[in-house]
Amino acid sequence: MKTLDELLHEHEFFKDFKPEYLELMAGCATNVIFEAGQYIFREGQEANVFYVIRHGHVALEIHDPRRGPITIETLQEDDVLGWSWLFAPYQWHFDAKAVKLTRAVAMDGKCLRMKCENDHTLGYLMMQRFNTVLADRLQQTRLQVLKLYD
Amino acid sequence: MINLTKTPLMTQKQLANPMQPEPFRVKRVMKESYDTFTLELEPIASERLFTFVPGQFNMLYIFGVGEIPVSISGDPNQPAMLVHTTRIVGSVTKAMSKLKAGDVLGVRGPFGTGWPVSDAEGCDVILVAGGIGLAPLRPVLYQTLAHRDRYGKIVLLYGTRSPEDILFRKELEKWRARFDLEIFVTVDYGDSDWHGNVGVVTKLIPKAPFDALNAVAMVCGPEVMMRFTAIELQKRGVRGDGIALSMERNMKCAIGLCGHCQFGPTFICKDGPVFTYPQLQSWLAQWEV
Ligand SMILES: Cc1cc2nc3c(=O)[nH]c(=O)nc-3n(C[C@H](O)[C@H](O)[C@H](O)COP(=O)(O)OP(=O)(O)OC[C@H]3O[C@@H](n4cnc5c(N)ncnc54)[C@H](O)[C@@H]3O)c2cc1C
Ligand code: FES
Repeated sequence: MKTLDELLHEHEFFKDFKPEYLELMAGCATNVIFEAGQYIFREGQEANVFYVIRHGHVALEIHDPRRGPITIETLQEDDVLGWSWLFAPYQWHFDAKAVKLTRAVAMDGKCLRMKCENDHTLGYLMMQRFNTVLADRLQQTRLQVLKLYD
Repeated sequence: MINLTKTPLMTQKQLANPMQPEPFRVKRVMKESYDTFTLELEPIASERLFTFVPGQFNMLYIFGVGEIPVSISGDPNQPAMLVHTTRIVGSVTKAMSKLKAGDVLGVRGPFGTGWPVSDAEGCDVILVAGGIGLAPLRPVLYQTLAHRDRYGKIVLLYGTRSPEDILFRKELEKWRARFDLEIFVTVDYGDSDWHGNVGVVTKLIPKAPFDALNAVAMVCGPEVMMRFTAIELQKRGVRGDGIALSMERNMKCAIGLCGHCQFGPTFICKDGPVFTYPQLQSWLAQWEV
């Protein structure tokens, strides 16, 4: 069976992380599995974790009382789920549901924040990685709101 | 660098009088979605075969209403049947949507350049379609699947508004069952019944299974989508001159005479509609060209 730092090393998000940092990260990591249909988190709940998805398919949903759940984005293998753990008030803004069986590594946000505070080089690296993810998502959302196909 | 397929010899003959619409009869009307339909047309002069290359378009004339350019969405290996898939946006497309089997419309064409289907031989073929942009790419699928052994991987990345807007559903399902074709569909918004991808089509590019260094990409959809798709394909490693795009502008003559379809230094009707990315790159982000 693979160790957590090996699993992290295989993931796109942690590509090129130095082994000592992967080991530090693994100290905040847990292996998790979500069944199809299971909610991973719900809007408004405390956000103190993020997930690196290894296999599966996750839908980010927003609930509209008239229309029910609307999927605004889906995430798969090699994606990262959740950034609300990085910014106060540390609350989820959407619901996240496993559409099919999903395996991920859950990263404890409090533990990571502490490690980043203690080692600013690590903190900078994490910020760089998350900013890349955020910039990509922002770009995609901008295209999505353009309603290009109307 | 890819070359855009030129009009075949047979087509040159068809264009003997390119301004004269030829009468075609509607054989079948198929509803694809609430605003999109496919017409199967047969020439009234029954001996006529309609040879075309994937990517070409016709001018379709609805008597008393008007004439519009529409790409051919059918199988180039079945020249007895002319097929067009159209989305209702205004007066002509609306009138066209009301046609029934037996009705007659005028056809001029085929016009323009085709997708680089021959140049893609030996390469992975990546088709990126947005919305109605799947229609002009469908003939590429027919053509490449008919000569499957000549190509590497064939990958279709298709983005559309919502699950209800997905075109050619039955055919996509049939193709999905093949092991030699990869299809990824994404929608901008999905409800709880949709278990597929949600997000823009560009998001599918980084993970799509193809060899970027030996790939030819053909992209068709709204212009903004094509711009960002070309950027994303290049980020992945596809060469700019391995990317072809299909452009749209209002048209009148369709043979390079009236200037209606001018785009920068080119006329979309005769120099396009299919262009290589380097031909368009400097014009794509400019206003009012
Ligand atoms: C080479 C070429 C190939 C084409 N292939 C296809 C095809 O396969 N299927 C298809 O459905 N359409 C295709 N089109 C677009 C089609 O020609 C137009 O949708 C049509 O001319 C609209 O005519 P209309 O009278 O119905 O609408 P109009 O009255 O001309 O326009 C009504 C409204 O729709 C908008 N509009 C016009 N054209 C478009 C467009 N292309 N996209 C979005 N909005 C538009 C106008 O700005 C206006 O607001 C193609 C165009 C070109 C140049
Ligand atoms: S439509 Fe007349 S020049 Fe192109």
